[in-house]
Amino acid sequence: MAALGRMYSSRREMDEHVFHPAVSLLVPLAAVFAGAYLPKLAPWLLILDLPLIVVIFFAVERRSPISGVMTGALVGVLQDLLLNQPIGINGMVKAVVGYVAASISLRVDVDALATRVVMNFGFCLLQSLMLLGIYQWLLQNANVHTSWLHELLRAGVNTAVGVPLFFLLDYTKQRA
Amino acid sequence: MDGFFARYRNALVLIAVLVVFTIGLAVQVRRPDYGSREDGKRVRVFRYWAVALVSPFERLFRATGQGIRGTWHNYIDLRSVRRQNEQLKDELNRMRLYQAAMAEDARQGQRLQALLEFKQQYIAKTVAAQVIGTSGSEQSRVLYIDKGIADGLKPDMAVITPDGIVGKLRDVFQHSAQVLLISDTTSGAGVVLETTRIRGVLRGTTDGRLRILDVLPDSRIKPGEPVLTSGGDQVFPRGLKAGVVDSIGQDRNYALVTVKPTANLARLEEVLVVVEKGAAAPEQVASTENEPETGVRGEHLPQLKPQTPDEEAKDAKEAPLPRPTPALRQDTYSPGATPSAATLTPGARHDNAAAAPSTEAGGDQH
Repeated sequence: MAALGRMYSSRREMDEHVFHPAVSLLVPLAAVFAGAYLPKLAPWLLILDLPLIVVIFFAVERRSPISGVMTGALVGVLQDLLLNQPIGINGMVKAVVGYVAASISLRVDVDALATRVVMNFGFCLLQSLMLLGIYQWLLQNANVHTSWLHELLRAGVNTAVGVPLFFLLDYTKQRA
Repeated sequence: MDGFFARYRNALVLIAVLVVFTIGLAVQVRRPDYGSREDGKRVRVFRYWAVALVSPFERLFRATGQGIRGTWHNYIDLRSVRRQNEQLKDELNRMRLYQAAMAEDARQGQRLQALLEFKQQYIAKTVAAQVIGTSGSEQSRVLYIDKGIADGLKPDMAVITPDGIVGKLRDVFQHSAQVLLISDTTSGAGVVLETTRIRGVLRGTTDGRLRILDVLPDSRIKPGEPVLTSGGDQVFPRGLKAGVVDSIGQDRNYALVTVKPTANLARLEEVLVVVEKGAAAPEQVASTENEPETGVRGEHLPQLKPQTPDEEAKDAKEAPLPRPTPALRQDTYSPGATPSAATLTPGARHDNAAAAPSTEAGGDQH
């Protein structure tokens, strides 16, 4: 109803969403927390990357590349802080994912189910690719190897979880 | 110029963020063995805040879960007691429910008892800790436990279970600590194969498995052979169970020995942190280190009992000094023919003749 009371100059503006500050803060925190706690209950859940799903969601719904970069960078750094690796690896990767996701959302209808499936799957693979690149070329860590079958499985699982989660998070968004 | 910045604002922000991260990474990775060592002071502060942010929720969830389980069991018990009072027919059901609840408690009791026995049997002093969380990523295999500096924990202390080794402490905070699992790629533990006594370094792989590195191909290595800690890494006490050989392959000039950990690293609830390694540990090890060698190798080797430096010094003191073999024909060079230095005068001529008769006499006796 709020949208009806305002004049939009473009479809982009009409599709832009904002979130309550509490949602913007608590949802990424909850994703990082759940990512760290759930594998303790079921070890196979380590394959899930809830922070990535949240970054994609906020980036495409806000439709702002700068916001996507910042969200990705902050969530990624928070994730890095719980690992035993240099801080910034996930920050870099998720900043790029946030930027690309927001840029795509300016051109494509990202609320469609098919688009969400393709985005979740594609960004999960993109993240794996970038992580491999950072480890092997930037950090010169030759011990890191990637099984692409496993990465495909990871992308599939994250898509299966991400799409319903997107619909759940749709309830938290408000028109800009 | 303003138009350029306005047009490429988004991309410039991304590039700026990436440059900042790249510089940050470059500064951090200057330290060798980054993943396995404790963080520097500044990085540790950041990690501390992140852990402080997450661990209270993890503790809360864990406590809530235990509370719900306890309340549920109590509720069931109470209902069963009431039923017992009201209807004797329900007695069987009540007993079954009660039995189920008690079985859970018994299992927990047995687990704790096993921990206590293990504690007495192997290590001088340990601190029991609960696992409260994980890293949440396959990129690093770390756990978080609910004990920290306040409980006497320090970086590089060994973390074990009665089943086998788990890992070592990396970053230790006030009331929590990060455990680097042995399955992490940056982790390493000195190990020895129990039967063949081949030594190597146990390391984690990207897929979370364990491998022994730099081992030359040896036909004696068989699947199922126990792998024990060697103590060479100065972290794990010698002789603790690390795993069993799962498979043997070959990679160029080295054997590819895959090890299955004896501790269930995926489902850890309670762990022990070795805060003090006692002198008794070597004789209490799980292996047969101090027992005579048996098997193929034992038949060909002298049976040596390892001694501590103190024992060796004591033995050396008590052992008689070696005596020279008596000469068949005594002369001035024979042992005992030369007079003691205390009887000689500096500058005076030594008369060999005085000593010679006695030695010759001695020689005649032989």
